[in-house]
Amino acid sequence: MPTDVLAFARDIAAGAVRVIDLTQTLSQDFPIITLPPELGQCAPFRIEEVSRYDERGPAWYWNNISLGEHTGTHFDAPIHWISGKDLPNNAVDTIDVRKFIAPAVVIDCSKECAADPDFALTIPFVEAWEAKHGKIPPGHWVLLRTDWSKQSFTDYANLRDDGAHTPGPEPKVVKWFVEERDVHGFGTETIGTDFGQGHHFNPPFPAHFYMHGKGRFGLQCLTNLDLLPPKGAVIVAAPLKIKQGSGSPLRVLALVSGEK
Amino acid sequence: MTTPLTRPKRKNPLKRTRLPLNPQGVRSRTAHGLTAAAAEGRFALQVCEDCKTVIYPPRDCCPNCLSARLPFRDVPRGGMLVAETTVRTSTDPYFRERTPWRVGSVKLDAGPVIVAHLHGDTVEGARVRLEFKLDKSGAAVALALPEQDTPHMADDPHLREMTCDPKFRRVLITDGRTEVGQAMAKAFSDAGANIVFVGIADQWKPFPGMDKLRQIERVEIVPLDVTDTESVTEQAEQNGSRIDIIVNTAEHVRAGGIVDRHGLTVAREEIDVRYLGLMRLAQAFGPVMRFRGADGVNSAAAFVNLLSVHALMNWPTYGAYSAAEAACLSAAQCMRAELRPGGVKVLNVFFGPLETEWFQTVPPPKVTPAALAKAVVRGLQQGIEDVFVGDIAEDIRARLAVNPKALEREMAG
Amino acid sequence: MTHRRAAYDNIVICAPVTIPYRRYSTHSAHWWLGRSLHELTRAAGITPKDIDGLTVSSFTVGPDTAIGLTQHFGLSPRWLDHIPFGGASGVVALRRAARAVQAGDADIVACISGDTNHVDSFRKTLSTFSRFAQDAVYPYGSGGANSSFALITKHYMNLYGAKREDFGKLCIAQRDNALSIPFAMMKKKLTLDEYMSARPIADPVHLFDCVMPCAGAEAVLVCREDTAKSLGLPMVRMLATIERHNAFGGDVIQHRGGWEVDIGELWAMAGMRPSDVSLVETYDDYPVIVMMQFEDLGFCKKGEGPDFVRGHTFTNDGTFPHNTSGGQLSTGQAGAAGGFLGLTDAVRQLTDRPIGTAVADAQSAVISGFGMINYDRGLSSAAAVLARV
Repeated sequence: MPTDVLAFARDIAAGAVRVIDLTQTLSQDFPIITLPPELGQCAPFRIEEVSRYDERGPAWYWNNISLGEHTGTHFDAPIHWISGKDLPNNAVDTIDVRKFIAPAVVIDCSKECAADPDFALTIPFVEAWEAKHGKIPPGHWVLLRTDWSKQSFTDYANLRDDGAHTPGPEPKVVKWFVEERDVHGFGTETIGTDFGQGHHFNPPFPAHFYMHGKGRFGLQCLTNLDLLPPKGAVIVAAPLKIKQGSGSPLRVLALVSGEK
Repeated sequence: MTTPLTRPKRKNPLKRTRLPLNPQGVRSRTAHGLTAAAAEGRFALQVCEDCKTVIYPPRDCCPNCLSARLPFRDVPRGGMLVAETTVRTSTDPYFRERTPWRVGSVKLDAGPVIVAHLHGDTVEGARVRLEFKLDKSGAAVALALPEQDTPHMADDPHLREMTCDPKFRRVLITDGRTEVGQAMAKAFSDAGANIVFVGIADQWKPFPGMDKLRQIERVEIVPLDVTDTESVTEQAEQNGSRIDIIVNTAEHVRAGGIVDRHGLTVAREEIDVRYLGLMRLAQAFGPVMRFRGADGVNSAAAFVNLLSVHALMNWPTYGAYSAAEAACLSAAQCMRAELRPGGVKVLNVFFGPLETEWFQTVPPPKVTPAALAKAVVRGLQQGIEDVFVGDIAEDIRARLAVNPKALEREMAG
Repeated sequence: MTHRRAAYDNIVICAPVTIPYRRYSTHSAHWWLGRSLHELTRAAGITPKDIDGLTVSSFTVGPDTAIGLTQHFGLSPRWLDHIPFGGASGVVALRRAARAVQAGDADIVACISGDTNHVDSFRKTLSTFSRFAQDAVYPYGSGGANSSFALITKHYMNLYGAKREDFGKLCIAQRDNALSIPFAMMKKKLTLDEYMSARPIADPVHLFDCVMPCAGAEAVLVCREDTAKSLGLPMVRMLATIERHNAFGGDVIQHRGGWEVDIGELWAMAGMRPSDVSLVETYDDYPVIVMMQFEDLGFCKKGEGPDFVRGHTFTNDGTFPHNTSGGQLSTGQAGAAGGFLGLTDAVRQLTDRPIGTAVADAQSAVISGFGMINYDRGLSSAAAVLARV
């Protein structure tokens, strides 16, 4: 029986399906990824007024914006990483659009992260989660709730002399997500999908390496993950259709059943 | 004896701000030879190449031998103040509100008689030293100073009218993340600035020297990102009406040329930080500075551009960087014209390679951030407009004057 | 071998015209010059066609010069000169015109001078007076001539011990002479106390050391004696003249004018001594220049100006009648017409038709001009000796 999309729309309007915004506001001062200065840099979000009901445009207000593909709440396509560079349909303009809507599980490690910014997600931690909530079904986003989005910008970036100190997954658990749980992708509240000190892992930046190497996706700079149930949310995450884009800022929405 | 300035009281917010006026700035083309000398703090007069007569006022024909070869040359600045007067009424609105104003006839040792502005500590019948200064109109005027320095002589009202002395002024250092920015903050604090605002972009991102910067007396850290129009505008809205001197320390130094540099990302950043950053600052702060050019002891005084000397001649090793610096130099020339009605000076400080990480591989001689900061403060105290700091900067300037084409070829290495 | 200068045989000056001064005028310089020309034809009983020579002196007639005015006024002269020498213009115009008439290049030369004074024209004139003024004077306090002459006055006082009271004495005498001039700017008697306590303008120059800029015009005709006779015009004879520009450039500050170079020639050509002269019309833009002229024209030695002033009285009934119509200091400075003010009154005095008080038994006069403070000093000096016919 075909799904009644109009009934679905009615449920949204009535609140029977809740829509939760997982997106950070695009603003100039929101932290972005910091690389060594001699490397190419992701452009921060910038906005220039084109006109505001003035001599530059008497009846209208609009802006020009500039930003990187990986600025703000954004989507990572497999082509972003060298491990996914040769996969078919690996860029934001060629990914099957059906993949932009997918269910999610939310693993809450906010308590652990509050105690330790260098909290690393491990297979045992996820197994403990599964023991409570059941096995992660295939084709699901794994969203890591760290409550990191609630921090001040300084603590959010948490840059020290030896780089960023923010939570993220160990290499093994990422590989395990892909190979043993067939996840759709991995999403975080932090600036990247990887552990802050992830460049010391082997391979470096495992969330990027394994996820994209297997054609999976990334979402980062998410917020409001604390409003989601451990299981049962559907994520709408459709990046801009940028020609051969490696990713894109986007609006991420979660659909959750029931009135709460 | 010069009466030392006292720290200005807080401005009465109900009082009308005195609007800036300028003295007559029109000069003959030849007389701008004096402007060129004054811009660099030199004392130069025309000296006839044929008969060696030292000439003033500037002429197009030697009054001794009718030669037309009358280049400006540095000459001794000593002389005797033969007669003085105190102008107490003037037809010119600028002087009208600044009278009494002393002027006098100075017989220069080098020959001619120069009618000059007089520093308060000069005495009729005594020796003086002359300087050419840029007055508020941007044109050169002669100013007689006492032969020996006197206490607080920089506080003399005639002199201060022609300088941008940071003493009691409020300064904005646009980027305190850099070594230059931090050296600048220290130098301005030491020079008696009332407040040294120091802009920091992305305050979530720590930087070396942060703690030391905060400890400098009268330093106030403010959020400012010259690449973000909104950030610049917000800072101007908050503090623009009490910033008297801006020193743009925002820098973007990367090696690489035009042909061989891979892509435009870095070039865009260079242009964004340097050229567009300058334009953002100019648009946000310029109008209010121009308005406040006569606002008492701590009137708006100067906008300082730190420019690589390679703005004047491209250095292919840092070719794209040189080009961005050249864009800033051109913008600075435009700003001079635009800020002049307010009597606000644009000081261009040309420096050779700096003793900083981005010039790590460049051999000496190099300019330390502290030396650059010192040169900026001294330039403002002297009221000059173009400063060359370091041996490389002086070298490029000299070679450019002789043969720009040779310099172009030689810069290619 | 020096060539002897030709005498001014039978050259006379007549029809002195003064268009009454006004402090400010909304008229143009052309209007004022036109009035003087009109008045000149009426006074002489001639038509514009009879004027075959013209000299024009004016600061504010720009962008026009003498040539433009011929069309403006409908004149068709066969001899024309523009004489932009400020305070020296009167004597210089006489010299030029006299030689033209003597040589037969023209028969009747109208020497006209005049300026308007709009509320803002003085400031504009100052700032664009000369290239050196623009480059090297006006930016220094913009006091105009006041500050330049203040330096000259201060230097003269330092050198020769002149006192403000000495300058005051000259100013007060001129004021007395001006009291009988109906259109004089200054109409009140001046006391030494008022002079001394007047507000300072540029030390040591105070208010009553300065002329009052105004609008006005002055003119005379220069022609042969037989021409004047046929027109029935009273006339005075030109005996001698001198003119010198940019003399003594090596003096650190001006303490003498170019008269000193040529003074021997002036008196020799006139066949007179200074003591023979009935009245003296100096160029009085500032009293220090008057004192300098007393010295440089030979009435006393250099440096004795102050003593000379202390030893004489300068009203029209005094021991040394001087600036008989009040001079510019009291009657007003109508721009370039200021260089003609002494000329027109000297002609009137020597033809028994003064506007104000007459100098008794006036037989001869010296008129002196001084003009164009280009940078730090006046460049032009000129003088003429006139005699009753």
